[in-house]
Formats: sequence, C-alpha cells, structure tokens
Amino acid sequence: MRYNSLDNRKDSIYGKLQRLSISYILLIVLLALIGTLTLYSAANGSWEPWAIRHISRFALAFALMPGLALIDVRQYYKYAYLFYFMTLLLLVAVEVSGHIGMGAQRWINLGFFKIQPSELMKIGMVLFIARYFSAITIQGIHAIRGIIIPVVMALLPVGLIILEPDLGTAIMLLLTAAVMLFAVGVQWWKFALVAVLIAATLPIGWNFLHEYQQNRVLTFLDPERDPLGAGYHIIQSKIAFGSGGLLGKGFLHGTQSHLNFLPEKHTDFIFTMFSEEFGMLGGLFLLFINLLVLLMGYLFAFRTRNYFARLVIIGLNTNYFLYIFINIAMVMGLLPVVGVPLPLISYGGTVMFSIMASFGIILCMSIHRDSSGNFDDD
Amino acid sequence: MSSRDEKLKILGHRTLIIILVNLLAFFFIVARLYYLQIFEADKYRTMSDENRISTRFLVPPRGTIYDRNGVVIAKNEQEFQALLLAEQTPDVSQTLQKFKNIIKLSGDEENKIDAELKKHRHFIPIKLKGNLPWDEVSKIMLNAPDLPGIEINEGLSRRYPYADLYAHVLGYVGPVAEQDKKDSPIYMVPGFKIGKSGLEKSLDYKLQGHGGTVKLEVNAFGRVMKEIERNAGSIGDSVQISIDTRLQQAAYQAFGENSGAAVVLDVHSGEILALVSTPSFDPNLFTNGISYKNWNELLNNERKPLVNKAVSGQYSPGSTFKIVVALAALEAGVIDANTRYYCAGAMEISGSRFHCWRHAGHGPQNVVEALKNSCDIFFYETALRVGIDKIHNMALRLGLGQPLDVGLDNQKNGLIPSQQWKKTVKDAVWTKGDSANAGIGQGYVLITPLHLATMLARVVNGGYAITPTLLKTTPQTAQKAKFLNIPQRYIEIVKQGMFEVVNAPGGTAARAKFNYNGAKMGGKTGTTQVRRISMKERKSGIIRDENLPWRLRNHALFIGFTPIDEPRYAVAVVVEHGSSGSGVAAPIASQILQKALELDIR
Repeated sequence: MRYNSLDNRKDSIYGKLQRLSISYILLIVLLALIGTLTLYSAANGSWEPWAIRHISRFALAFALMPGLALIDVRQYYKYAYLFYFMTLLLLVAVEVSGHIGMGAQRWINLGFFKIQPSELMKIGMVLFIARYFSAITIQGIHAIRGIIIPVVMALLPVGLIILEPDLGTAIMLLLTAAVMLFAVGVQWWKFALVAVLIAATLPIGWNFLHEYQQNRVLTFLDPERDPLGAGYHIIQSKIAFGSGGLLGKGFLHGTQSHLNFLPEKHTDFIFTMFSEEFGMLGGLFLLFINLLVLLMGYLFAFRTRNYFARLVIIGLNTNYFLYIFINIAMVMGLLPVVGVPLPLISYGGTVMFSIMASFGIILCMSIHRDSSGNFDDD
Repeated sequence: MSSRDEKLKILGHRTLIIILVNLLAFFFIVARLYYLQIFEADKYRTMSDENRISTRFLVPPRGTIYDRNGVVIAKNEQEFQALLLAEQTPDVSQTLQKFKNIIKLSGDEENKIDAELKKHRHFIPIKLKGNLPWDEVSKIMLNAPDLPGIEINEGLSRRYPYADLYAHVLGYVGPVAEQDKKDSPIYMVPGFKIGKSGLEKSLDYKLQGHGGTVKLEVNAFGRVMKEIERNAGSIGDSVQISIDTRLQQAAYQAFGENSGAAVVLDVHSGEILALVSTPSFDPNLFTNGISYKNWNELLNNERKPLVNKAVSGQYSPGSTFKIVVALAALEAGVIDANTRYYCAGAMEISGSRFHCWRHAGHGPQNVVEALKNSCDIFFYETALRVGIDKIHNMALRLGLGQPLDVGLDNQKNGLIPSQQWKKTVKDAVWTKGDSANAGIGQGYVLITPLHLATMLARVVNGGYAITPTLLKTTPQTAQKAKFLNIPQRYIEIVKQGMFEVVNAPGGTAARAKFNYNGAKMGGKTGTTQVRRISMKERKSGIIRDENLPWRLRNHALFIGFTPIDEPRYAVAVVVEHGSSGSGVAAPIASQILQKALELDIR
C-alpha cells in the first residue's frame, strides 16, 4: 500500500489499482480456498457437488469485485438513497408474492438469476445510514428527531424480513444499524433505554415468533430437551468440536461429518466440520484470518478522511463481523441456531455474492480515502 | 474545530470501542473453542466413538463332542447361505427372478424373503436360502455376473455324523426361543443356537464358548462403513463322552425293528458304554428348524421315537427284580443258600390265588434254582417273609428309585414302594398281596433301563455303589464308589443264580449263552404284563402273546453281565411289547456283551 502523493493521478484507474490492498485481497482468496477445500472434504473427498461450484462462484464474484471497487465513491454517495428504496421495493415485492404463493419467500426469480433482496438490503441500509449521517450536524445526531429517519429506515426492512421469515438476517440488519448509530455518536443512554424497552416487551414479542423459531430458542437454552429432534444438531456439533481436540482428526477424516452425524456440514455447520478435521489449531487459524480481514477493514476506515466512506466501512465490516460471530457462536452452542452461514467458507451463492460485493465496496472506500470530506459540498 | 472534524473525532472514538467489542467477541469464541476442544475433549471423543462404533457379537463355534475313542460325534460344519444385499442390485425383483431360475425356492421361502425385504433397510443382507449343497453354490458363483447383490456367506451349522445313532444321548441344537433368553447378549444374536435336548442341553454352557465381538464403523443411518476391530471369541470346550461308538452301533442294530432301550455300563467306573433307545430320529433335522411334516411324523409315531426310553421309560422290572429280593432276603437272614420252598404252580395269599409262570410248578426250589427257573412261588414266599421295607432298602442301595442324573432330559427315577409310600400316596395299608407282587417285580415297582443296569453293575462289581455317567472318566476323575456292605457270599449266590439262568441246561436264557474266549454271560430274564388277565381268560386258556395286537403284548427284559468271575460289563435291555425276556431281550443283550468283549473296551 504505497501512498501516492500525486493529486492529479489519484483518480486514474492506474492510481486506484495501485492503492488496492493486495494483502486484503490475498486474505479473501485464502478464505475462499479454505472454504473450497472444506467443501471438498464435506463431499467425502469430491469436487462435486459443492467445492467446484463454490470456487467457480468465487471466481465470478472475484472478477466483479474490482468493478465495484473502481466506481467513484461519489456514485455510491449519490445513489445511496435510490439503491436503498429500490431494495426496499423488492423486499415488499417478495413479501407480496410470498402471500400469493405458499410459505416462506426470500427470492425474486429473474429467470437466469435469483436475487435475495434481504442480502441487497444489508448493503443498501449501510449506504443509506452512512449518507444520512454524513450530511447532518453533531447537534442533529444528538437530537431525537435527528435519528428518527435512520431508525425508521432500518426498522422497515427488518420488519419485512422478519415476515419472510428470516430471523438471522433481520437480527443482523438490526444490529448493523445499531452499531452504525453508536459509531456516529448517538448517546449511550439512548441505547440503554432501547435495551430496557426490548427486555420489557420480550415476552410479548415471543408470541409473534413462529413455533420453529421458538423451538430454536428453547433448544438453544437446553439442547438435551429434544436430543434426537431439534437439539440433535447442536449436540452433534459439540461432539464434533470436542472429538476434534487440539490437532483434529485430519483432512477427510472427520467421523462426525463423514458419517453424517453432523447436519448441514456444508452450510451453517461448516466451521464445525473444519474444526473436527483440523482441531483447535485449525479453528484458531481460520479465526485469525477472519480477524485480520476485519482489522484491515477498520484500518482502511481510519485511513480515510471521508466521513461517508469511513461509516460505510464500519457498517459493512460490522455486517461481516456479525456473520462470523453469529455463525460460529451458533455452531458452538453459544447462540440459538438462526441460519447464518460463514462467509466465503459455507456453500451458498447469495452470501458469496453479497459478501464479495461488500468487500468490493470496502476496497472502493479504501481507494478513495483522499476524496474530500463531504460530497454535498462539492 | 469544525462540526465535520468533531464528527470524525467521535466516529474515531466510537470505532475504537467497536473494534474492542469485536476483539472481545473473538476472545469469547476462542475461549469456547478451548473449552470444547481441550477441556471437554475426552468426553466428546467418547461420545463420538459411541456414535460411530457399533459393536456386534460373533457366534462362537460350538465345542466338538467325541466318543470315548476320540471319534467325532457332533461337530460344526461349514454351511453355505445365499444372501441378498438389496442396495447393490439395480432391480431387486429381477435379480430374485434370476436367482429362482437357478435355485428352486418353495412358496414359504419366497414369502419369507418378501417379508424380510419389506422389514429391513436395503443395506442389511437378507438370507435367500441356507444349507446350500456345493453344486448349488457353484451354480450361483458361476452366474454371479447375472446376480448383482447376491453373495455366498459361510456359516457354521451343527452336524451329527452318526445321525439317529446318538439322537437320545446328544440331543440337538436349535435357535434360541423366547423362553430360553438369558441375560447374556449372545442369546440375542441372530443365528446363535443353543442345546435343546440331551447332552447338547445339559452341557450347553461348556459347549457354547465365548462370543466374539466385531466393532464396526457405522454412519448416522446405521450402514456399516468398515470393520475397526475383531475379537474372534473362543470356541466352546470339547467334550469326550463315555460311549463307544462301535458298541453303540452294535446295540442299536441288535434291536432291529424292535422298540426299546439298552444301557451298557462299565461295572467298575460307572461309565455308560452304550445307551440306545429305539426307534430313533435324525437330530440333523432340527439344526436348521425341522419341517412341520417331519415333526408330526415323529410326534405321532406309536413307538415314540422322541422319547428316550433308556432314561424316561418306566417299566415293571418283572423277574429281573428277583435279584434285589434275593439279596434283601439273604442279608436279612430270612433265607440261606439251602432254604427251599415248594412250587406247586400256584399258591393262596390272603384269599387270592397267585400263579407261577409255570402252571405245572417247579417243585422244591432253593434260591439259585429259583433264579435259574425264575420261579415265582419261591419269590412270593421270600417276599412275604422278608417284608417290603427290607426289599425297599436293598433296592435303594442298589440305585433303584433314586435320581441318577446323567444329564439327559426328562430322566425318571422309577418307583420302589414301601409301606410308608403306600400309606402316604395311596392312603392304603400295605398287603401281603402287594409284597408278593413286588417279590416278582410287578405291582407298584417301576424302573428305567438305566436304573436296571446300575442295579446289576452294583451287584456284580462286588457291591460298590457306582453311579452311571455319560462323561469319559480319567484316573483323576474316576469315582470312589462307596462299598454297600453286602457280604460277598450273598453276592456270589445271586451271581451263581444268574450264571445258571444262561449257562445251565433249562435256564430261562439258555439260548442266549456264549463263550467268548472263556468269558461267559450271567443274567436274568423278565417278562412283564401290560394288560390284566381276567379269571375267565385264565380258565379258558391265556391268549398267546403273538395273537395280541403289538401294544398289548408283554414287555421283554433282560439284564446281563460278563465275564462271570471278574465282571466288566453290565447291560439292561428292555424290548417294549417284545413278548418274552428269554426269547427277545436276552439275545439282544448277548450280542451287545459279546461285542463289548470283542472290542475290549477299557
């Protein structure tokens, strides 16, 4: 990451490419490769059906990532609201078609491609909040009326996504919004107040949860409640972790996963499978790589003088952190099973594209770190 | 400071807090990782093994049974079975059809296969046909490419090479029935067989061996992935029995078509050298489950092939019991060698007429003559004088009416009556007529062939209370037989009587005598009625036995021993409805004892 002081060259493609963080990109590639190998093992040593698709999807997403990184940061700022509202519209569309059709509906089928608006919203909401706060004063942030709009704009999609129902994504969105509000300087006591209010209304909210969601929470609180039913996943997952020990059972030798005791080993429980085969040392290594990616993101945030860019990075980084933490805490029995995959490792197209998009945007923010502070002033 | 700079400053501070929270969360995860993978690793490792390892039991090979000379009389034979692994064939019904074209299946077998296919998951092998002969095995192997999923499995099945010869001694094995189930898990293993009768049953524990285990790795659906560890277990102990197969064969053949039983004893060791019950059956039929037809045939046969007559058949001893009466009277001092009673062919006892088998009478008889001629009058007189209780005591000392456990099923003790017995069981007073009847081994007295042989052995061995055994004894295991304290001179008198029965002119078994290199036979005949003879019939002339239907004819008995001076072998023969002890039973005994001498069994 060499610093280029030549102002007149800073907006050229060449200059931007020079400012791309090679080590950040390499870490992302490393994670995708680890994911591919783990999926190879999950299929009992076969590229089919997961590993080959995983790596091809990554390749495609990786090719698109520079496109997102090289777009001028002003464009993100300019279209932030539009993007947010378009995505919100899609969410409503999903909800409406879900009512017309049967059961849970998360996709919009464009024929050749299926998009999941809730994934788009993770980016859309970050852009919205970032733009909103970069435009208002410190007094505005501290005032109640100053934060009404972003709170409403966060709660709208969260409500829609809960209705889908996709509790995991809804929680992630909510937490991302909360962290961003915290980052811009909303007072501590406001968070405390909301926390108290939530705690007070929790028993009422409980009744609004679907029965399977209630079961997940109950099972999380006591896995032995239903060891062959809902608790089976988490018990088998803990057995896989524990029996892996310090050094693991070896690549392709995880008995819990290969003998099918471990459910969803290629999606939500992939970290379990990885830790069974590579032990605690392997698990620590994977955590360390993820932590590095996270910390580099924050480093980019500190390097930029642009408020919007910095807040976008914090939002997207928080989203990434929540993926990792919720997924891993969930498979280790620290959180209820809510269906959150591990980015770049778990099999699944939507998360792959949305997380790669978010890395692309983080890189963009990093490249344009010297852009002037507030685009409205320009 | 501008508002924008202040906002950036706050953002910076808050971002640091966020980073700190992220780091804390990672630390939290690492701590949890440590807890699961290091602290609780052992617990989860065990649970993981319990998940994946399935332990199955291996059926241990049953111990071999040898005769006294080491001839194999019960063994395990390789059995070939055709199995179908449904998951390995693309079309189960098509493969089954092809199999049926090669190997014929009965309707029952087909129904069973259909039921099994429905019951089990497709990776569990199903038995198509067991007990395949070699030519069918080779046919299947030859057509293997057409029969995907069908494999030949080798198992062990119990085999009795001498078939019906040992049926009543060895018994047979069969699958574990509900009521046989014990705590040991081996009993639950499919294919495990246990002894169902005979020595196979009484020595079952010894013969069983110890089941092995095989540890298999299974997946979450129970399918076997691979074998991890095998502990073959141990074969059951082998057993050597006391019977000599050659003598057993001779005894069995000596009966011909006759229904009955014979027991041969070594008079010093108590070893049973032969034990036959005829007719017999093939125990091999039971190993893989006997067919309904065969079972019904055995069950409904009038001559009762399933009953071991040597130990379960209870008969009146008839005149063979006179040995016991004579010894009781001699020991009590009621008679001596010279005491004579006059036989006029019949006598009056308490107002009833008691006949001798010889209507003309025998004239004056001493004990030796009375044994030789089997005079009934002499023994009526003797029994009346000595009394039933002394006879009872002598009979019990000689082993009659006592449990003689040799490990066979349904062994009977026989019955030796006494005054007390009649009072308790029949609620009646013992009469003189009862004593007279007992004196000739009729009335209440019952014995089994095994008891009769034991009684004779205890007499001719000099009065030692040997107990019969079916296990070969070694010098270490040889029994120290208790001396019965019967004075030798009384035994000699009885032996003289038995010598003359066979060897003196006019003895009742004179036709059965032999001289094998100087060894001769002594013995006693017995013929017992199985029907009441009415006064009317007695007046008009008793119907000759050969004119009666088989089941009403007299039982024929003979007990014999050889050589005379130093007896080695004793035999008891009962021929059901054989009409005549001297004419039918004695020749069989004679053949058997000559064979024993010829074989020189030690």
